[in-house]
Amino acid sequence: MKNIKFLFAGILFGIVLTKSEVISWYRIQEMFLFDNFHMYGVIGSAITVGIIITQLIKRTKLKSIEGTEIVIKPKDKQFIKSILGGTIFGMGWAMTGACPGPLYILVGNGFTVFVVVLLGAVMGTFVYGLLRNRLPH
Amino acid sequence: MIELIKEPWAWYVAGPLISLVMFILLYFNKTFGISSSLDTLCTIGGAGRISSFFKIEWKSRVWNLVFAVGALIGGFIASNYLKNDHAIELNDHTMDVLHGYGIDNAGEEFLPTQLFNWNSLFEPKGFVLMIVGGFLIGFGTRYAGGCTSGHAISGLSNLQLPSLIAVIGFFFGGLITVHLIFPYLF
Repeated sequence: MKNIKFLFAGILFGIVLTKSEVISWYRIQEMFLFDNFHMYGVIGSAITVGIIITQLIKRTKLKSIEGTEIVIKPKDKQFIKSILGGTIFGMGWAMTGACPGPLYILVGNGFTVFVVVLLGAVMGTFVYGLLRNRLPH
Repeated sequence: MIELIKEPWAWYVAGPLISLVMFILLYFNKTFGISSSLDTLCTIGGAGRISSFFKIEWKSRVWNLVFAVGALIGGFIASNYLKNDHAIELNDHTMDVLHGYGIDNAGEEFLPTQLFNWNSLFEPKGFVLMIVGGFLIGFGTRYAGGCTSGHAISGLSNLQLPSLIAVIGFFFGGLITVHLIFPYLF
């Protein structure tokens, strides 16, 4: 039951991404064709407000719901994997018009065939796990 | 009020609300990153027996599947109870490009259902858009160590250089698909 709060956070996320049309394949095409500011505005304002939130958490040493100090883990400092993995993901993002969050949200919107896209993503994750030691990082 | 909510939400409403979701998860002692749910699914499916990469204590990761199910329910609620009737207003140039690809009803739904449906899964275009695309999402996010939520939002909010490089990769990859692959595919 202690996980139920994550269900509500997810519901909020699903509603926001649906109502702002971020889950639309067309909005992703517009973004990569540089035809509409919408997606840049969504991502840019999320990062701007996110930077402020992150700084406030650090400076006020805000405590989490469990009473411990909130620690934000730094990302691995490996740049080859960031650029190669990022490019591969970006290609898939533009093809499907979805990143991982929208895959779930589109299924909820009734586009049931995205269950297959999601399974493809799980398969891709699995194959990365298999090849991991042979890839440059 | 409900009529206002049913209208499409502007970027300056959506962006800060996404940051709010990030904050809620940090407050709950978790990190905002949806692609982690994909490795949790691999682990639950038994991938730990084949690759040590997936040997994780998945019970501690159940929360990210609960969040994903919540996102799915959020999509259901928005599409059934908060929907408006107008088409998505798309840019004219985008409409022209898509028209050239044989997509005429652009914006009527969230995506071109003539391409994204069960029957087109094993036709060349549908296979590339859905199955190859899905595979690249999963492979790429795990390789990069995050997706739009983990790198672009969480990582850049925390001023992480690897995240900036990953996001440059996201855009580079998207431009390759839209400007080099799509003109051949369609």
